[in-house]
Amino acid sequence: MSEEALEMAPQGEAVSRIEVDRSAEWVVTIYWASSLFWLLIATLAGLISSVKLHSPDFLGSYEWLTFGRIRPVHWDTAIYGFGGTAASGTLLWLQARLCQTRIPFPALLIAGGVIFNVGVLLGSIGVLMGQSTGVETLEFPLYAMPLLVIPYVFIVIANFRMYFTRRSSHTYVSQWYLMAVTVWFPILVLAAEACTNLGAVDGVAQAVANWWYGHNVVGLFATPTGIAAAYYLIPKVIGKPIHSYHLSLLGFWSNAIFYNWAGTHHLTGGPLPAWTITVGVVGSMMMFIPVITIGINHHMTMLGSFHHLKTSPTLRFAVMGSMVYTLSSFQGSLESLRSHQEITHFTHYTIGHVHFGMYGFFAPLMFAMMYYAMPRLTGNEWSSARLIRIHFWCTLFGTALYAGAMCWAGIRQGQMMNDPAIPFLNIVAFTKPYLMLRTLAGLILLSGTIAFLINFVRIVQPHKLRFVTPTLLNTERDYKLLLEKEKELKQNDK
Amino acid sequence: MTSRNIGLALGVFLTIAASLTGLIIIPNWQFRELQPVKKADGTQYPVPYFGEQLKGRGVYIDQGCIYCHSQQIRMKGYGADIRRNWGTRRSVPRDYIFEKPHQLGTMRTGPDLASIGSRQPSAVWHALHLYNPQFTSPGSTMPRFAYLFSEMKEGDGLPAGAFPADVIKIPPQLQQNGVTQLVPNERGKALIEYLRGLNKTFPLPEAAQ
Repeated sequence: MSEEALEMAPQGEAVSRIEVDRSAEWVVTIYWASSLFWLLIATLAGLISSVKLHSPDFLGSYEWLTFGRIRPVHWDTAIYGFGGTAASGTLLWLQARLCQTRIPFPALLIAGGVIFNVGVLLGSIGVLMGQSTGVETLEFPLYAMPLLVIPYVFIVIANFRMYFTRRSSHTYVSQWYLMAVTVWFPILVLAAEACTNLGAVDGVAQAVANWWYGHNVVGLFATPTGIAAAYYLIPKVIGKPIHSYHLSLLGFWSNAIFYNWAGTHHLTGGPLPAWTITVGVVGSMMMFIPVITIGINHHMTMLGSFHHLKTSPTLRFAVMGSMVYTLSSFQGSLESLRSHQEITHFTHYTIGHVHFGMYGFFAPLMFAMMYYAMPRLTGNEWSSARLIRIHFWCTLFGTALYAGAMCWAGIRQGQMMNDPAIPFLNIVAFTKPYLMLRTLAGLILLSGTIAFLINFVRIVQPHKLRFVTPTLLNTERDYKLLLEKEKELKQNDK
Repeated sequence: MTSRNIGLALGVFLTIAASLTGLIIIPNWQFRELQPVKKADGTQYPVPYFGEQLKGRGVYIDQGCIYCHSQQIRMKGYGADIRRNWGTRRSVPRDYIFEKPHQLGTMRTGPDLASIGSRQPSAVWHALHLYNPQFTSPGSTMPRFAYLFSEMKEGDGLPAGAFPADVIKIPPQLQQNGVTQLVPNERGKALIEYLRGLNKTFPLPEAAQ
């Protein structure tokens, strides 16, 4: 038998979906529960930072809560605490499902999840105590970093193990992305730490390493996981195959090749040889290729199936995520141009863009994964369709308000800064109302997070009684009634 | 393991290895050769940080000043950095050979600080500004760093370890709650010294182009 034929042959008996989910229940639930905990912390830290920017005396006498400390804690808990654990849970469950294998080494992975959480906690406390390394996105003190990296090695091992012992006869596009993430992320972290905090490179090369990492941690970690989730969920929910296999191949490899180089646009205008910036701009513009191909693939698959958005929570979040992926990527590519950067480089525009991508694309896709998988992992259904609706609309409006206010304020802020006749403090005064709008957007996002948390806490509780049909957005669920009935049932048992 | 699986893993590894080499390792070779230049008076530029300034740099980092302040001047004709008087020339790689970790920054919620020392050489100005930004810049959204100072009321003795020369008088029209004088603590003093030392105005030849 040729090698090709060997690959086509299943390498053993496929494990049923129920068995896969049973093996994943504890592991994935722990990762996702951690991610929601950190999402809450990150949102609160973000809110405090946001209020401080328009009302600097808010909590002003506490050194550990000064803007320059709570602001990095916001981003680090968001990207590592929330992003890291949400993406890892997604990776483990998706890979197990697509490989039709049980999740290997569950005890190791659970231990890894606990260690990772301790790492994020220690790192955040370190930054609040003033031990930040001073390198953006890598602020955590060095003693916390092994606690983040070692658990990830466990995930890499589990992922490779599943992939290479898979029972399915072919691989699906989501699996390529998940494999790629586990190759990229450890290299990314280790190389960036070595080049910045461990001092392997000097001077402005550190800045390049810093932004190579800062950009890639989004592009080679959060983005591929989000795309993998969209590729899985959209066809799954609407029951149609993905639009084009060939496009997904092109999208994957062009994304892999070009995203890597884009990070230096964070240093446009900075003290670097022009070519390093030019490379970043070219890389960013080339990103149109994967973004358009991935966009066509996701949106063409959806074409004719939009009516499912009325009922399916998973699909609503997944489609929001994939649509914002297209929009925020277009925005990001255009943003890299020198003429654009001349205005927006040092402004709130960048902050608006980051939140548009992270909260409009990545986070909704992680939420979609959880809405889809949690009922399958726990055997419970979501207790309240209304809370899901609140979560969705808060996510949508909160993100839109945030990105809209910050991007508009950023453009005006940049134009005013480039006019030396305008005193700097006038610019500060101009941005204040927009920064207040941002606080409002943060409160909306916080409300959505709390709605989701309530639903999540309820679904992981063991129940005697269950809703027998899936929770769709047009269903009415009475959780209190269910609990009362459950109480009655327990008393009858006695 | 089939060849296709290995191709996937190797392919994605090569993509990241390529950008790591191209963007970091190669430029680092280029920058590593940069040396300080001799000034006419025999001193050199730039000089490594030491003493108070080095300590102050640590305070700058631990307070997270970078999240609102950049330390880089863009070239003439690109933005208004020079016309805003934030610097006299664009910043170049040689300016940063002793910066570890770099503090280039990406935000200007506050003004650029690359040459704040030449713009504001006064220690009193920095002390008043850090203690309460409203004193010097009404309407500023910078947080107060009052915890870097000891407050003194009329008739209070000097805090332990402070010298009479450290005492900064608050102008009478700005005094609040009876606080009339300030003494920066050790970290406050170091931060002020660091800020006063920030100066990238020396005309490096390569920055003239």
